Amino acid sequence: MLSSKASCNSHGQDSSYFLGWQLYENNPFHEVENPTGIIQMGLAENQLSFDLVESWLRKNPEVMELKKGGESVFRELALFQDYHGLPTFKNELVEYMAKMRGNKVKFDPNNLVLAAGATSANETLIFCLADPGEAILLPTPYYPGFDRDLKWRTGVEIVPVHCWSSNGFRITMFALEEAYERAQKLNLKVKGVLITNPSNPLGTTMTKEELDHLITFAMAKNIHVISDEVFSGTVFDSPGFISILEAAMDRNLENTDVWSRIHIVYSLSKDLGLPGFRVGMIYSNNKTVVGASTKMSSFGLVSSQTQYLLTNVLASKRFTSKYMKENQKRLKKRKEMLVSGLKKSGIECLKSNAGLFCWVDMRHLLSSNTLEAETKLWNQMVCDVGLNISPGSSFHCSEPGWFRVCFANMSRGTLQVAMRRIKDFVERSNFMGRIKMNYQQNMSSLSRKLLSNWVRKLSSPDPNEHER
Amino acid sequence: MGLLSRKATCNSHGQDSSYFLGWLEYEKNPYHHLHNPNGIIQMGLAENQLSFDLLETWLAKNPEAVGCKRDGQSIFRELALFQDYHGLPAFKKALVDFMAEIRGNKVSFEPNNIVLTAGATSANETLMFCLAEHGDAFLLPTPYYPGFDRDLKWRTGVQIVPIHCTSSNCFRITASAIEEAYQQAQKKNLTVKGILITNPSNPLGTTMTRPELNLLINFITDKQIHLISDEIYSGTVFNSPSFISIMEALKDMNMEKNNRVHIVYSLSKDLGLPGFRVGAIYSNDPTVVSAAVKMSSFGLVSSQTQYLLSVMLSDKKFRNHYIVKNQNRLLKRQRKLVSGLEKSGIRCLESNAGLFCWVDMRHLLSSDTFEAEMELWERIIYDVKLNISPGSSCHCNEPGWFRVCFANMSEDALELAMQRLKSFVGSIEKHNHQESEKLRKESHIGKWIFRLSFQSFNEQDQR
Repeated sequence: MLSSKASCNSHGQDSSYFLGWQLYENNPFHEVENPTGIIQMGLAENQLSFDLVESWLRKNPEVMELKKGGESVFRELALFQDYHGLPTFKNELVEYMAKMRGNKVKFDPNNLVLAAGATSANETLIFCLADPGEAILLPTPYYPGFDRDLKWRTGVEIVPVHCWSSNGFRITMFALEEAYERAQKLNLKVKGVLITNPSNPLGTTMTKEELDHLITFAMAKNIHVISDEVFSGTVFDSPGFISILEAAMDRNLENTDVWSRIHIVYSLSKDLGLPGFRVGMIYSNNKTVVGASTKMSSFGLVSSQTQYLLTNVLASKRFTSKYMKENQKRLKKRKEMLVSGLKKSGIECLKSNAGLFCWVDMRHLLSSNTLEAETKLWNQMVCDVGLNISPGSSFHCSEPGWFRVCFANMSRGTLQVAMRRIKDFVERSNFMGRIKMNYQQNMSSLSRKLLSNWVRKLSSPDPNEHER
Repeated sequence: MGLLSRKATCNSHGQDSSYFLGWLEYEKNPYHHLHNPNGIIQMGLAENQLSFDLLETWLAKNPEAVGCKRDGQSIFRELALFQDYHGLPAFKKALVDFMAEIRGNKVSFEPNNIVLTAGATSANETLMFCLAEHGDAFLLPTPYYPGFDRDLKWRTGVQIVPIHCTSSNCFRITASAIEEAYQQAQKKNLTVKGILITNPSNPLGTTMTRPELNLLINFITDKQIHLISDEIYSGTVFNSPSFISIMEALKDMNMEKNNRVHIVYSLSKDLGLPGFRVGAIYSNDPTVVSAAVKMSSFGLVSSQTQYLLSVMLSDKKFRNHYIVKNQNRLLKRQRKLVSGLEKSGIRCLESNAGLFCWVDMRHLLSSDTFEAEMELWERIIYDVKLNISPGSSCHCNEPGWFRVCFANMSEDALELAMQRLKSFVGSIEKHNHQESEKLRKESHIGKWIFRLSFQSFNEQDQR
């Protein structure tokens, strides 16, 4: 009756990533109205710098009013549906993107294609680069949304490139080759590798070495590299951000084949904190890709009203410089608050310098080194501790026990509450752990049985357990 | 192995059709009443530019809507963060109220059954993804909007099988035409998943009759397939007979909750806001709504725009005022085009909706062929300097029909277009008269020569 796409599960919406959100929606934390509710730490949003944007808007009311020099531009904008995008907007965007990369890379506005968010940009690129049944390699852990965005309607497969904590989850040549071979064994034609740099969920920027591996690999296999750089404006610490194009330029690859196989995806949702405005883009030096994706952007154009607003915001160079600096400062402070808060609970994070989240090591809190234990811990975190954090398995991490914890989508006060709750939880777990250890050593079998029932009752949130 | 996908390198985006080529020619030499009075007048763009002043007046009186404010407070932050694919509830409510009003409140819509998308372009493609597999087919009555070849087929892999409609009955859909199309699809081993109609029709400018709607409902019920009713022009019905939405037809057949009928809507035509990318899917099938909602992630409507329009469309007084005034202006403008064409001896299909007329230029063709239609179209673009859309680009199976838009230019530009056309037709008639005089003379001389040569021939024969 309906298509298989409509009735299947490959939209990925049943993953725990999205389930956590649902639980949060049912019982959301509010400092005043619901102080025991679930704190949302699973949403990679940047809420730290709105005041800067709002203050600019107050000083420039014409822009929201759809006026220019006192004259209304409403009509012009209402009619503007050219899929090439507002030229002035694209000019501002490429300048902004270049600035973010320390002006080490220059972008041509004619190679920029606007899309309704990076979600749309990523899907469109896949439609352009791969046929149904072909495959894209993705380093793990990766953003859960990719399972929907890259695969669902395109029919393209994802083959993971496994990365491990043993080397800070860095991409190795070995891992790339191994993934490629795995794809071959599955009879999947690999069309490209998609990286997220800075990484979601790791919060790290890629090293020059990693980028070089990727480029060399892409050259050897004659495949594409898609670099999702949506978090490029959230790099708040050293080492600095190296864009894939910068790495390619450093190797003088501008006039070679691989240059036309490198594509960047960007969006204003993370840096400027404007996910609601749906502003994404594809950048490519490949004319055919630009041509095809421009036409495909018909299916997800950016509202001209929004293009106009942001053209003017980005045109103010003083504002963008101030914003970039201040935003990064605030992100850094907030991340440090999270990291030190977790440390007080004996929890370490992967060392990070970007993003709106930390990749948190909770392996030592698992009852066993298994996926089941991770899910159990996640359940406790959401339902017991009241924090919606995202389990590593939802990011296809190959090692259980890692969690992504967001820090930029809440107030300082809320983050403090969250840290306290974790501390309490860890202390409770330690206490329970100590009790367990003691009774194992000293108790008789009967006492052991009684005590273990009592312990179970205390630590289990699930009422059903009692009915067993 | 192809480096790029087949979709990226093929031509099924349909962009090479004459529909789009005419636009390109216009772009190279666009008419401007001051800067380029001899340029090409764009009459191939179905836009509504007649009622912006009403919107601008409203905006001036309601600065909060455009300024992302509510009761004096800035809600910028709230909107900037709002990316829920369920859409702004206030907007969906306002939209369904607007849609109901356009249908004379004879039907009502549930906000939970509406899915917002970045334009009807996105809505139509999304519905295809939800209802059909790669390789399945949808039946579409001809003539139809050329963009469907891209929107419905390109990335979805769905096929379009035409339901041929002809001028003999004013292009109305008949049972035999639908059956024939269905058989055609079967012959090609295509699984038909549904029918897609545009009501009011683009390019015909007519609203569907009740018998047509009932016929379609019965057919899809019998074959257990879907019906998509693209009603994006529903707010442009300016004359009788009044618009009957598919929902109204279903209601009258007591099939209101039918879950195989879906509507597509947009604010691009009625409100004249194609740049804002506001489209919607309406369906009574919760699975379709649910899948379409998730797919809408690939083309959400900007929250800034949702807010502006939620305030605007919640204003009942404005809504009523706009609908009535807009329709009046469209009526006037259509009449101007029709009478202007009449003066050139050109007739239009009788229409009561849309932003264009379906114009009969068959008598201007040098022959009843599509080549002749292309010839005529080229002359109209390059010599007359009017970009109008040839029927073949709309898959019309009779040469000589053209879609001519009337709502996307000033009244003066329309007048100028009519004058140019008059001169052109006059020159054709003069030319034809001269040609036929020539032919007549030639034919007279020819007969005389023939008689002469025949005699000599016979003489020779008899030698």
